[in-house]
Amino acid sequence: MSPSVRLQEMIRVIRGARTQGEERGVIQRECAAIRAQFRQADNGTRSHNLAKLLYVHMLGYPAHFGQMECVRLIASPRYNEKRVGYLGAMMLLDEKQDASLLITNSIKNDLSHSSQYVQSLALCTLGCMGSAEMCRDLAPEIDRLLRASNSYIKKKAALCAVHIVRKVPELGELFTPASRSLLSEKNHGVLHGAVVLITELCERNPDTLEQFRKAVPELVQIMKGLVMSGYSPEHNVAGISDPFLQVRILRLLRILGRNNDTASDAVNDLLAQVATNTDSSKTAGSAVLYETVLTVMDIKSESGLRVLAVNILGRFLLNNDRNIRYISMTSLQKIVQTDHNAVQRHRGTIVDCLKDQDASVKRRALELSLALVSAVNIRSLMKELLLFLSSCPPELRAHTTSGIFNAAERYAPSQRWHIDTILHVLTTAGGDVRDETVPNLIQLITTATELHCYTVHKLYRALVTDISVQSLVQVACWCIGEYGDLLLRGECEETESVQVAEDDVLDALETVLQSHMSSPATRGFALTATMKLSTRITHNVDRIRSIVSIYGSCIDVELQQRAVEYNALFKKYDHMRAAVLERMPVIDKSSPGHTNGESTGGSIKDMEPTKRTQEVVLPQEPANQVCDLLDLLGGSGEPPQPSPALSTTALGPVSSTAGGDLLDLLGGLDVTPVPPSVIVYEKNGVTLKLQTDKQTDTGMTITLTATNSTDRDITSLTLQAAVPKSVQLQMKAPSGDVIPAHGLGQVTQTVLLNNPNKVSLKMRVRVCYTSQDVVCQDTVQIDSFPSPAW
Amino acid sequence: MHFMLLLSRQGKLRLQKWFTPVTEREKKKVIREMTLMVLARPPRSCNFLLWRDLKIVYKRYASLYFCCGLEDQDNELLTLEVLQRYVELLDKYFGNVCELDIIFNFEKAYFILDEFLVGGEILETSKTAVGIAMEEAETLQETMEEYMSKPTY
Repeated sequence: MSPSVRLQEMIRVIRGARTQGEERGVIQRECAAIRAQFRQADNGTRSHNLAKLLYVHMLGYPAHFGQMECVRLIASPRYNEKRVGYLGAMMLLDEKQDASLLITNSIKNDLSHSSQYVQSLALCTLGCMGSAEMCRDLAPEIDRLLRASNSYIKKKAALCAVHIVRKVPELGELFTPASRSLLSEKNHGVLHGAVVLITELCERNPDTLEQFRKAVPELVQIMKGLVMSGYSPEHNVAGISDPFLQVRILRLLRILGRNNDTASDAVNDLLAQVATNTDSSKTAGSAVLYETVLTVMDIKSESGLRVLAVNILGRFLLNNDRNIRYISMTSLQKIVQTDHNAVQRHRGTIVDCLKDQDASVKRRALELSLALVSAVNIRSLMKELLLFLSSCPPELRAHTTSGIFNAAERYAPSQRWHIDTILHVLTTAGGDVRDETVPNLIQLITTATELHCYTVHKLYRALVTDISVQSLVQVACWCIGEYGDLLLRGECEETESVQVAEDDVLDALETVLQSHMSSPATRGFALTATMKLSTRITHNVDRIRSIVSIYGSCIDVELQQRAVEYNALFKKYDHMRAAVLERMPVIDKSSPGHTNGESTGGSIKDMEPTKRTQEVVLPQEPANQVCDLLDLLGGSGEPPQPSPALSTTALGPVSSTAGGDLLDLLGGLDVTPVPPSVIVYEKNGVTLKLQTDKQTDTGMTITLTATNSTDRDITSLTLQAAVPKSVQLQMKAPSGDVIPAHGLGQVTQTVLLNNPNKVSLKMRVRVCYTSQDVVCQDTVQIDSFPSPAW
Repeated sequence: MHFMLLLSRQGKLRLQKWFTPVTEREKKKVIREMTLMVLARPPRSCNFLLWRDLKIVYKRYASLYFCCGLEDQDNELLTLEVLQRYVELLDKYFGNVCELDIIFNFEKAYFILDEFLVGGEILETSKTAVGIAMEEAETLQETMEEYMSKPTY
């Protein structure tokens, strides 16, 4: 009876076990038997015992006691024992085990064995699990095998060399000469191994890369041979001759052609040929086309070829196969920055993919859609994105909301649209938005002065419908508190008027206060809003007083403190109440990256009035403010005229040094420090300003802003820029091409400059526009850039 | 390629090949996560996933899920072809391969894989060469075994 039946017997028995416990019992018995067998002298069954152990190991049981047995078996002269021994080594030994070093000698001996199958075992094992030490020891052997042996060994030696180079990159130089000569082999296996090896060498060593550029014509020949050759049954996959080799050659050509004009030129024809001749009805062909497209986009190919490549990706987008659509979107994502317009053409299909059932495809479509948002398509694209948000899988929600907010901020066509969009997002997915959304939205609302009435009506209605979404409720409470008088007045041009009674409003706020769904922060908002209403409503002030006094004994310390202070405001300082609770002024947004008070904590301590007005309002501490201010004002006897100033100090922790500075604030209410912008062009009423957003050692981001002081709109505005040779320029999509008249609006365009050689940055900008039906064109030279805000 | 796993529909591991050094504990973790991710995918969905910093390509053949972890530059569509080729090689060797073949002859499945992939890269692109190599190795093995088990006269 052949001993291997015993292995299959064991497997059968293990599979027959009905419970986990039974299985464990069987395995324990077997392992004990195996251990005993290992301890015995050689009896011809060692390989089978090890095989049994490997099976047990695959089921997840410990098998470390087999490691030494692997070492012993590898050293055995018998082929079948060596075979299982090497298999065991690959499964049980990895470079972290000490025992792996012990097989180095055996491998060395086996590499020079007379039988090529023994050699191949050693090569395979070294190529899979060889540690850096082993690689260093055996590299010369591998090099020898690369040169003077048959194809079967050469191909294995090549991949073994690949592994060695990955583990010990310095040894790459050793293999370079041999790998060059391997390119003239006919055997596909060897050729493939050679291409992989050369790719690895070129990726790690720029000198080697230079050297192998000379091999580009040879590679092109090989590739041509594959594409145009007749049918080879051995290598044919769905009509493509050896797609594996083709893809690897394309990848190598990509590396060789990158940033090099000569190499790229030599490859242009070939790529065009492959792109047009490859049949992509099956996966094999699509794989080759995919690699071709990646190569075209990465090297310096001519524009016709690039267009061809993007068209291929567009065709992929329409393919029924989900995999191909996914691949296409992944590739488009890579090129969306550089070839923005080309990708825009496929926007419709990409947006359709948002509705696909598959989660992977959805994710890709979302990323790509967000990258394609521009001033021109913002309205339609946002509709699609909002639709997507309502049905999108939970893991994508946070990403979608932040993407929508970013897009809305950059390209909002009007403030009302912006507010509507944010409200829509909050109602649909308010639980997944970031924390800064609330202060951001509040700041946005205050700037849209004409829309206060509309906003508060809308928010009130949202509040009445549903109070579970905390972010929405917080904003709604703040607005109702601030603009409650507009709400109660009833009429509003933008939306149908609803009569809202004071009681209804107070009911709504009280519901929020009392609901268990409201977080402590939300309740704080609601309480403050209620308090503010005391100056905006006429009849129910007593009701407010009673609400406020109830919360004077609330368990939540924050609410209690507020309530107590508001009570004080009612009782002792009633004469000041109106002034203190007056409407807040418009909050200015500071430069990008403004957050809650925390990040500018230092400046709060400095008590700089300008910095204060810059910070976003977090109506969390007005009570504290009121208290301190009252103390101070009570002390100094000053009338509280500067209530706007006082309200804007409602930020972060305030120390009691507020006194002297408050008086400073009276004069010091000022604009925020705007990042310096330089006027670079001023003619025909058109002004072009340049502002540096970010500056690093090797590049900068600038924004060009165009305004128009004439009394007719300026149309067809285009900006073109040129920079010194070594500097890379990337112009983002402009916010539009029409500058409204009378300075009512502006067009902005962001420009990214990458200056790796750190040359002195100069830029020439050509401005073209149509003003009063006359086409104008001017060029300006910019020699120096203002320093950035930060 | 970083690893290749064969998982049964019930989540049992049938074959594991690791091309990078990974601790036992980490291996178990990866296997568990792959099992959860891949087995949960609905039919006819996209065969590509993103996991940590790897691209995962999987394909279901009858009751087995073949699952690979790829680096960023690897071509996913080509990997689908790699999996297809491996299944074809198994099929040719075992004749209408099924999961049981791979369970009871796992060491043969490994040997075939080692003739096809080494160090995560494709070793042989010819359909026939792998089969020929397996046959010759078997002959060598049988000759040895016969020799060993023959009674000495």
